[in-house]
Amino acid sequence: MANTAERQASTLIGRAVTRPSTERGNGLGAFVRRHRLAPYLLLAPALVGIGLVLLWPLAQVVVYSFQNYGLPQITGAAPTQWVGFSNFTQTFTDSEFWLSLRITVLFALVAVPLTLVVGTLVGLLLNRLGKKMAAVVSTAALLAWSVPPVAATVLFYWLFNPDGGLVDWTLSRLPHWLGGGARWAGFNWTTTDALHAYAVLLLLVVWQAFPFIAVAVLAGLKTIPTELYEAARVDGANPVRVFRQITYPLLKPIFLVLLLFSVIWDFNIFTQTYLLTGFPGNRDEFNLSLYIYDKAFQFPPSYSLGGALALIFTLILLVVTVGYVRASVRQGALT
Amino acid sequence: MKRLKTFSLNGTGVLVALVTLFPVLWMISTAFKPSQEIYSQTPHLLPSHPTFGNFTNVIGGQATGIGSVFLFFRNSIAVALTTVLLASLLSLLAAVAVARFRFRFRATFLIMLLIVQMIPGQALIIALFLDFSKLNLTQNLIGLIVVYAAQALPVSIWMLRNFVATVPRDLEEAAAIDGASAPRIFWRILFPLVAPGLVATSIFAFITAYNEFIVALTFLGQTHSIYTLPIYVTYFFGRGGAQWGPIMAASTLYTIPVMLFFLAVRRRLVGGLVAGAVKG
Repeated sequence: MANTAERQASTLIGRAVTRPSTERGNGLGAFVRRHRLAPYLLLAPALVGIGLVLLWPLAQVVVYSFQNYGLPQITGAAPTQWVGFSNFTQTFTDSEFWLSLRITVLFALVAVPLTLVVGTLVGLLLNRLGKKMAAVVSTAALLAWSVPPVAATVLFYWLFNPDGGLVDWTLSRLPHWLGGGARWAGFNWTTTDALHAYAVLLLLVVWQAFPFIAVAVLAGLKTIPTELYEAARVDGANPVRVFRQITYPLLKPIFLVLLLFSVIWDFNIFTQTYLLTGFPGNRDEFNLSLYIYDKAFQFPPSYSLGGALALIFTLILLVVTVGYVRASVRQGALT
Repeated sequence: MKRLKTFSLNGTGVLVALVTLFPVLWMISTAFKPSQEIYSQTPHLLPSHPTFGNFTNVIGGQATGIGSVFLFFRNSIAVALTTVLLASLLSLLAAVAVARFRFRFRATFLIMLLIVQMIPGQALIIALFLDFSKLNLTQNLIGLIVVYAAQALPVSIWMLRNFVATVPRDLEEAAAIDGASAPRIFWRILFPLVAPGLVATSIFAFITAYNEFIVALTFLGQTHSIYTLPIYVTYFFGRGGAQWGPIMAASTLYTIPVMLFFLAVRRRLVGGLVAGAVKG
């Protein structure tokens, strides 16, 4: 790989980095060049940041999860001890853990496909629309996308509020055959049960995430040569067939990454559930993120129980991460 | 037939745009409504008697009693801008290393970046909180900046790497042969060509920091004066008493900078973010 030109370029930038030291005398600069240290020096600051804020905490969480680390251990009132797998057995025997896991998985099973389908449909629509109309739709999507998660959640909470919220008002005036009726007047979406709370969350999540999917799909669609579609039209293929036989196979790599991203997003949801369920209330509406946060930080805080949970959580997501890394490597990301 | 098709396509487009925009419109509309209209028996789409009352309320700070919304605005903007500077600098250096050099552990480093992107924040927050409290970095904004900058690095490096790789080496070599110094080569040749990439990563880092919730929630505790906007809105929201007018006014103000940002860089945003997110 390292041909002459490349090596020359390397030394050039190698000099750029070590400039201050070369000015003080050639010793250090020459040392850097001789040992080809430049890339490592360039990487060092970023590595320190990632190491301290991402890797080191992860290692500590692994350690905590096999200890009994809580408030008494922090204040020094009791010693920190190794407790084996007891944090894990305690977690696996807690019915709240299984409930929160079930809620998280079920929600992802509904939200991920729905987000992808809505996003893809809007992407396809944007591709078919004229220039002006496409600008209108994409601007609307962009504006929805720009609302920060906290503001968006508070907004949806207000829309679904039992006291003056627009949704209850509308539903209570709809005819019965449309599912409306007086029972919706003052209906509390967020505290009645998990099903209704997560219905609100579903709308919120799809609303926030579909613009990104649509834009990514649109960018992919632009790369497909139009001749392919013209040929299909000549052959008289219907739109579903065109999608299945041309669009989908060509956009498969994009769809794969979007799928993995969506799974990660929907498993990780914290901000929205924290605000919608009124944390720490409504424990039967916890998803896994809220359950972890509750165990770790609500009094009495148990960093070990939280650590064990965080580890379980990370391992579950590791399956997705491995898929993501493999997809990236296959797309030539490492070259 | 063709006209019918165009008509139905445009109709769908209008419908999608309206449904998508509706919640945003409702937020802004509520922010301008006096309270008797907000809790009226027959809600109207637009305020009949628009008022700035909700805005003066959050600006004056009466609604929450913990200060003017501008205080939290300042905190959020300061944190986000510092994060952008720090993350841009570190990720540019690392991107040059990855794009320009072949070295041992290069593939390892790249794979590590992909993996750390996927570590859930909820998994790290416990250890981060304990470490940063020991360093006295939890009850201030510096701790937040450090965490946000580091969190923005993996994606930023990944995005910038593609931009650095597209800068032709011949250009740098030619300049070097002409006797240009290394900093001059960097500023005159590499930097202008990588600038669009830096715009994309800056937007990414800014939005990451500006929207971040769980770390700010855990770190800032009860120190109201250093709250960032999301924590201020959460505090407001959690106080009950349902002051929806002022809350929507605060949320609208919170949203405006991102909205302007997105609209200003509409074209580049789409290209840049997609290049970073999908290609990686």
